[in-house]
Amino acid sequence: MSTEILGILLVFVITIILAIPLGKYIAKVFSGERTITDFMKPFERFIFKLSGINPDREMNWKQHMVALLTINMVWFIYAFVMFLIQGSLFLNPDGNPSMTPDLAFNTAISFLVNCNLQDYSGETGVTYFTQLFVITFLMFVSAATGIAAMAVILRAMKEKVTDKLGNFFNYFLLSCTRILLPLSLITALLLAFNGTPSSYAAKASIKDFHGNNITVSRGPAAGMIAIKHIGTNGGGWFGANSAHPLENPNYFTNMLELVAQFIIPAALIFALGFYLKKKKLAYVIFGIMTLGFLLLVLPTIYYELKGSPTIEKLGIAQTTGAMEGKEVRFGPANSGYWSILTTVISTGSVNSMHDSSMPVSGAMQMLAMMTNAFYGGCGAGFLNYYIFILIAVFISGLMVGRTPELLGRKVEAKEIKIAAIIALLHPFIILAGTALSTYILIHNPNANWAVKPSTWLNNPGFHGFSEMLYQYTSCAANNGSGFEGLADNNIWWNISTGFVLILGRYIPIIGPIAIAGILAQKKYIPEAGGTLRTDTITFGLVTFGVITIIAALAFFPALVLGPLAEYFSIY
Amino acid sequence: MKRNINNSLFQRAHVVSALGKSFTKLDPRVMVKNPVMFTVEIGTFVMFLVVMGIIFMHDTSQGKLGYNISIFVTLFITLLFANFAEAIAEARGKAHADSLRKTRKDTPAKKVFPIGELYVDEVHVVSSSELRKGDVFICEAGDIIPMDGTIIRGLASIDESAITGESAPVIRESGGDKSSVTGGTKVLSDKIMVEVSAGPGESFLDKMINLVEGASRQKTPNEIALTILLASFTIVFIIVCVTLIPFATFAKTTITIASVISLFVCLIPTTIGGLLSAIGIAGMDRALRANVITKSGKAVETAGDIDTLLLDKTGTITIGNRKATAFYPANGIPVEEFIRKAMLSSLADETPEGKSIVELARNMKLEWYPEEMEGMQFIKFTAETRSSGVDLANGTKIRKGAFDAMKRKVEQTGHQIPIELEDFVYKISANGGTPLVLEENGEALGVIELQDIIKNGIAERFQRLRKMGVKTVMVTGDNPLTAKYISEKAGVDDFIAEATPEDKMKYIIKEQQSGKLVAMMGDGTNDAPALAQADVGVAMNSGTQAAKEAGNMVDLDNDPTKLIEIVEIGKQLLITRGTLTTFSIANDVAKYFAIVPALFIAAIPSLQRLNIMNLHSPESAILSAVIFNAIIIPMLIPLALRGVEYKPIGATLLLRRNLLIYGIGGVIVPFIGIKIIDLLVGNYI
Amino acid sequence: MKNYLLPSLRLTLVLIVLFGGIYPFSIFLFGKLSKGHGDGITISKNNQVIGFENLGQNFTEDKYFCSRPSAVNYNASGSGGSNKATSNPDYLKEVSARIDTFMKHNPHIRKEDIPSDLVTASGSGLDPDISIEGALVQIPRIAKIRKIPFNKLKDLVDAHSEKSFLGCFGPSKINVLKLNLALDSLK
Repeated sequence: MSTEILGILLVFVITIILAIPLGKYIAKVFSGERTITDFMKPFERFIFKLSGINPDREMNWKQHMVALLTINMVWFIYAFVMFLIQGSLFLNPDGNPSMTPDLAFNTAISFLVNCNLQDYSGETGVTYFTQLFVITFLMFVSAATGIAAMAVILRAMKEKVTDKLGNFFNYFLLSCTRILLPLSLITALLLAFNGTPSSYAAKASIKDFHGNNITVSRGPAAGMIAIKHIGTNGGGWFGANSAHPLENPNYFTNMLELVAQFIIPAALIFALGFYLKKKKLAYVIFGIMTLGFLLLVLPTIYYELKGSPTIEKLGIAQTTGAMEGKEVRFGPANSGYWSILTTVISTGSVNSMHDSSMPVSGAMQMLAMMTNAFYGGCGAGFLNYYIFILIAVFISGLMVGRTPELLGRKVEAKEIKIAAIIALLHPFIILAGTALSTYILIHNPNANWAVKPSTWLNNPGFHGFSEMLYQYTSCAANNGSGFEGLADNNIWWNISTGFVLILGRYIPIIGPIAIAGILAQKKYIPEAGGTLRTDTITFGLVTFGVITIIAALAFFPALVLGPLAEYFSIY
Repeated sequence: MKRNINNSLFQRAHVVSALGKSFTKLDPRVMVKNPVMFTVEIGTFVMFLVVMGIIFMHDTSQGKLGYNISIFVTLFITLLFANFAEAIAEARGKAHADSLRKTRKDTPAKKVFPIGELYVDEVHVVSSSELRKGDVFICEAGDIIPMDGTIIRGLASIDESAITGESAPVIRESGGDKSSVTGGTKVLSDKIMVEVSAGPGESFLDKMINLVEGASRQKTPNEIALTILLASFTIVFIIVCVTLIPFATFAKTTITIASVISLFVCLIPTTIGGLLSAIGIAGMDRALRANVITKSGKAVETAGDIDTLLLDKTGTITIGNRKATAFYPANGIPVEEFIRKAMLSSLADETPEGKSIVELARNMKLEWYPEEMEGMQFIKFTAETRSSGVDLANGTKIRKGAFDAMKRKVEQTGHQIPIELEDFVYKISANGGTPLVLEENGEALGVIELQDIIKNGIAERFQRLRKMGVKTVMVTGDNPLTAKYISEKAGVDDFIAEATPEDKMKYIIKEQQSGKLVAMMGDGTNDAPALAQADVGVAMNSGTQAAKEAGNMVDLDNDPTKLIEIVEIGKQLLITRGTLTTFSIANDVAKYFAIVPALFIAAIPSLQRLNIMNLHSPESAILSAVIFNAIIIPMLIPLALRGVEYKPIGATLLLRRNLLIYGIGGVIVPFIGIKIIDLLVGNYI
Repeated sequence: MKNYLLPSLRLTLVLIVLFGGIYPFSIFLFGKLSKGHGDGITISKNNQVIGFENLGQNFTEDKYFCSRPSAVNYNASGSGGSNKATSNPDYLKEVSARIDTFMKHNPHIRKEDIPSDLVTASGSGLDPDISIEGALVQIPRIAKIRKIPFNKLKDLVDAHSEKSFLGCFGPSKINVLKLNLALDSLK
């Protein structure tokens, strides 16, 4: 058991050790300083030339948003069409079919918004062509979109009154070529050399140990699995995601994938410190995020190690912990750690089935996505935290008797309005979606859909409710993991979660950038004696308080009816 | 000595009028301005319908009648409490304003009717209410001044105690910076001609009363932002409560309308929502108690943000005038001789400096030769000679004056200023003093040192300001050397020496360009542009009309240190809002633990373990939470009216302190409160 | 339009080629150098591929070490877990039945010695491993059927146990397919 805990500690420490220099590197990339990857410059210039883009054209925040939304729309249309016709395209050795329109809609959005909710199973639902030319492509560009958005905010937070915030395409391409691509290459190679398939070979047909004919799905998965984690995407090549023995063959690859999904979100926080020359601020933010992470992960590990109380009642000692839905090679502690890391970070890849997690773990996984601000996904994580900083700045500014300021800019009604809308949106789409689904389930159980509402749920009672709540939470947080027992490949879930995904992605990107853009045009007030410092632990704790209070207040009743009621009914 | 203000928070008269107002303010058209409380009103109305439904339609699905009525009544009382908070704040503010306005009840006015181009003394007595802006009236000794105005002719000593509480009479005269008179004050001597500056209902005081009464009260930017935040919390809880209904159906439990509305009302920030406008009014009221009339609520709030404070040296940092503190005779001149001459030169000198020289000399108990005074002729100070003195009967001329002027004079007569005198002069200047050189018939006798007296305790106040993060700047006409000395001694951060009104203006603009908020106080017409430019401009009531128009506050006491108080009042206002918001939201944690288990316990008995307060029954739990939610409002009214204390201990420490008290306290208090209420009501329901 | 849409289209095309084509193809090229050449690492018996090292197979016979229950019946053309919640009564019945079956086939052990992984389905449905406890607890049964001394089997299990990563990180485990292959060759 202690080896399981040690393994977790090791992977956490490695991540931090790697993230700090990576953060410094990222800061240099975005501030245009010299880096070791400058040899890519001609290549980037070549891409800009092919695309007809002048990377030096400065944009204001509105132009950034137009660029971001335009290119995202192009990707959506491309992906949607490809999924609809994938069955008749090349690179489909297994002969998998095209998607139904609602599934294609859901899948295209899901990968576009870095969520990677998969209402299909990788072995049968997509082709090698769409896995690579659509999904892998979207995994890169959606992550780069998030990082580029954060770069815009960083630029806006500099101590300069300006409306010129750099060029979106430039930030975007740099995120691709300087950050995502190199890290993905390294990760992919390590995976390939540890047993993850990387060839284009079709399903293997062999006779097994007992002489039965079996087929084994595989394909060029290593590259996709690498960017799936590096870009905090989370969508698996195989249906079982990183629980699948080919997607995540051993404990080393498991550690690798844990580090890979955590490293950019962590590094981006440090990058903020280096970029703004406010290292203390970055450390405080990172510390607060880690505090939130620990409060979620420790109970999870504890309850997973403790095992299932109901199975214990059947006479089975829980010395190896709760094992339903888990792989022996990872064990319950690591699976618990992964389940929280993947939910705080909005990766959404899984190495165990969350639906079978203990009730407290399920609650923690959902809370991780409900708070949606501890580390968070590529770029998007900080954008969410930024909103909470703004609200915290406002409340604490009042508490010390000063009109609130964030890094030298006065926070006024307009910014608070935007921040409030974003803080509101998250509970709104989660609770409204879940409420509509429960309503349909109760009042229209036999609707003639691909899956009848009465058979949506894989588990009865409180846990069934959790399955629905988890699904919308995961979509709103652009996470992509699921309580996979939910029968979600039907028109209601595909469409409703599709819209939740769009709202949960673009509003929380537009909002912070708008705020940062507006603030950047305001007068810069140098720090004076009465200024409330934002790089103190006290202020960090206020931010933490704001995050937890908003999440706790908005979701407590729902959590009571889901995992908490489940907990009290079996313990 | 201040006016006798009754400091009791709840005076009978106020409470009675506020109680009445609590009901009239229930008008939805009024309530809608406060989104948080408006939703409570809707909830109350729905509960009313539910109660009616139970009584008349015999609806049995909503639980017991008594329980529903209790919830309805509690919600209704919540509304009344919130309205009462606002009404009592208004009543108090209005009472203070009224007590000031009382001084200007109808008084007879001697109105001057101009005939042709000249004012002739054709005077008719009219009622003060008939005076309009631009009219002219005269006041003689014993008259009550009928209306605010500017003296256009004459000089008078005036008793302003009705306004300021200061019993010593003040001099007001035409032309200068002290030309304003206030309605209700009394002329003690002489006769003045006054032009009315504001018609009835237009004076600053009238404007302020309107602000307090809410007629023209506009929300300040911070208040707007906070209202948005509170509204968004309210919307979140609408979502939470509405979605809870299908959730509950799924969990095979029915929840009553009373329970949903109770949960909703408990969760939305009613505490701060109910007290928000009371806090704002109380802020203006506190300013008024400090005898400052504010022209907008925003000005008070801005005062809390001030980064830079411009203060006049004289009257603020130093006591009025300079005083003689030492005599430095030149070599060869006996000390007594020198002091005697110095005294002689000042005996007939009416300036404060001159008087202080005599006083200092007298204190030294010197032998006195009164015969020298025979036939002595006093020479007044003029700008040309820049000296004053006496011509004795024997022809001796004694003069004292500024060093450079005297040096010229001495050298003209072929003498030299002794080297040691130049040393004295330099040393005195460097110590913040003003050297006066004394000369007799062209021969320099020595130097008299005049010193500014820094006010007692002023250094501590600047220390406090520094801790608040406010930079203080001293404005003085002194030379840079003296200014530097005094600014160091008083502990101000910066100074503007040899200041002209233009310098002040430039300094303000410079500070503002670097993002600072600047406050200043002024009285003269030439201060008006700077007063208008400053973010907070406090005009003295004795100042000119132009100055009063330009600033956004008027200080009735004419007290230059008032700015410091104003800054603290502004900070208090923001802090009170921030802490009560935090408190209000932190309360929700306990309320959840009371209500949520109660909602579902019938269907999910295992949730009893969430009932950590061990409340009596579901109904009693919900009712206790709602009652707590209601009574916390009146319990916090005193805090809202008095304001949360401001401590200048640095932003981060202050944040920590307020967070512990109002954040952690806000989590703990309702657990205790709800439990106690449950113990009280648990057995009746 | 000209400023945003056309560049977006062109950039998209370039990046599709880069990330959908060049990137995975270069991994494919490097992967050729790896064990299994990027096709997956296979296990052979008598030069006949009988499975993949990392993919579990279903063993239910008493003479072999049993693998874990699987929600997809070890069908590697798909994958997935049961997604059953621990509070689900039907699921508990299923587990209870598994325990009873296991007890029937292994009558000489105590119930509390059964490690939970033997009665719970894995996340992928293809878990190649069981816990070492899970192997040990099956030894008496196999020893009896195969008439192999207990200690010899225990040595076999020890030999095939895979300790924690680098000796101290993560759980230890044993690969069922490899273990059963070795068991068959144990004569």
